[in-house]
Amino acid sequence: MADIAGLARNNSADAVMMTNGNEEDEIIMNEKEIKKLKLLSAKIRLDVLKCIKKCGYGHLGGSLSIVELLSVLYGKQLRYDAKNPQWKERDFVILSKGHAGPALYSALANVGFFGKDWLLTLNENGTKLPSHLDRVKTPGVDMTAGSLGQGASIAAGIAAGFKLKKNAQFVYLIAGDGELNEGQCWEAFQFIAHNKLNNCIAFIDENKKQLDGWTKDVINPYDIEKKMQAFGFFTKKVKADDESAIDEAIEKCKSVKDSAVCIILDSIKGQGIKYFEDMMDNHSVKFNTAENIKAADDAIEELSALITRLE
Amino acid sequence: MFELDRENTDASEMRMAVVSAIQDLMKINDKVIALEADLGSASGWAKIKKSNPDRFINVGIAEANMVGVAAGLSLIGFIPFIHSFAPFVSRRVFDQIFISGAYSQNTINIYASDPGFTVAANGGTHTTFEDIALYRTIPDALICDAADFVQMRWIIKNFADLKGIHFVRANRKPIANIYKEGSEFEFGKGNILKKGHDILLIAAGQLVSDALNAAESLEKKGISVEVIDMFCIKPLDKDLILKEIKDKRAIISFENHSIIGGLGSAIAEVLAENACGIPLKRIGVNDRFGQVGTADFLQKEFGLTQSVVVDFALSLQN
Repeated sequence: MADIAGLARNNSADAVMMTNGNEEDEIIMNEKEIKKLKLLSAKIRLDVLKCIKKCGYGHLGGSLSIVELLSVLYGKQLRYDAKNPQWKERDFVILSKGHAGPALYSALANVGFFGKDWLLTLNENGTKLPSHLDRVKTPGVDMTAGSLGQGASIAAGIAAGFKLKKNAQFVYLIAGDGELNEGQCWEAFQFIAHNKLNNCIAFIDENKKQLDGWTKDVINPYDIEKKMQAFGFFTKKVKADDESAIDEAIEKCKSVKDSAVCIILDSIKGQGIKYFEDMMDNHSVKFNTAENIKAADDAIEELSALITRLE
Repeated sequence: MFELDRENTDASEMRMAVVSAIQDLMKINDKVIALEADLGSASGWAKIKKSNPDRFINVGIAEANMVGVAAGLSLIGFIPFIHSFAPFVSRRVFDQIFISGAYSQNTINIYASDPGFTVAANGGTHTTFEDIALYRTIPDALICDAADFVQMRWIIKNFADLKGIHFVRANRKPIANIYKEGSEFEFGKGNILKKGHDILLIAAGQLVSDALNAAESLEKKGISVEVIDMFCIKPLDKDLILKEIKDKRAIISFENHSIIGGLGSAIAEVLAENACGIPLKRIGVNDRFGQVGTADFLQKEFGLTQSVVVDFALSLQN
């Protein structure tokens, strides 16, 4: 597939043109834009909490750690049409850590892919919103995920296909740091790097925990950024709760001409809600204790107040 | 419709049936794309790289990724064909085929080469007697075992019109001709190659030729054998089986695969559920691992020769 690398250069040339032909010229959002994204983040976070609390259990920690990323994607970076989810010219989002479904569902509901009432049907019999993503069931979900590691290959295939078609679309891959235990991720990363698929922006949500505990205690990932660099990626590492930083990193990646690109999100499992950040076993949270329910209710109240202030 | 042409001994390599069919498809459909996992020289797909460089992707020795990349290409409208040796596009990637492919409603066309005893010198690690059994459990998967060059070309060309998981297994090397050039088939339909009234012999893949030889040999000994090429194992042509077993004394299934989960099992399910009362003998690999050797040696070693069929049929007379 000698041609993909060549096409990568052509496409990124276009990307540079979109940033006024000057790679060093960082695009800084104005305050209004930032406020808009912070508002969307708050809404997504509130809906994740409501959605999982209503269900009674769910993957809260890893959903909350990508809230700001989804806000930047759906609030600014992505090309999509909520009324036409299958629009062929859209950018694709491959949320490979498929258990973070509630975060994506909340983002999709907040930008109009479906009504927010759907969020309260998580995992119900016959629901369109299963715990793990299912592209056949949910409008706006570009790929099924849940069997970890497979999304990286899917994103690689989409990116390679866009290059072959000479389409200037992007695919955004979101993988978890625990998910990197899966060998298939690294097969896909080799492929993405070798073919210089700079139209695949790979995010690694480094929230430092997996189901059984700290990643460093289960299978130490060591320095993920260095690993990705060693695999041939251009990398950026940003605080995962900083919409501006995430947006700037994406713009920077879009200006990279001749290599694969990766953004490592320095995140917290349970991000944005102190009680759940501090909870050790927060991969899946059950709302079956008075304490957990009260914490959720308090957070719902605080987030609602924040949304009112930002609106 | 199909016609037989067994006199033609000018057999070509099966892998070239696949290569030429894919190249033909690429002439008329820019969505068709071929993916290899570093076996392009073994499969002949290096020729596709040469003829259609922008429709060929070598993913390296990474079959799981190959399946995922194929699924991603399918998501944006491509029609991917993938190849590896049979174990590496079945056992090794089962969850990827299942989830990234079938469950997600993506399209992946799979050529699994050198199945069963045709593995020869690559030996036990590379042997698949269970690939069909695995794929049969995938809802809506289409599973074929190609009987000859003509049929293989037809299968590959017709896969391209379908959506879903489509699997075909065959030797890379030349095998005996069965069909006349231009023969047409139908997925889900078995082909009656020879009528007979004593025994119904249902075979698939490379063993169809041996089945016909066995039937001819038995005919001389006064036993009339009907032969069906059941090239499509899923969906299985149940109607044909139930129609053709009438008045037969016995049924024999004959496959280059384990008797657990393959053609013989599929036929047994049909017979049992229809209370046929006609005995079925499954000739296949009897719950064993593979080993190294020449294809001829392995075919004998695993009891997959025409003489095994003949001996069993003769034993019914006693």
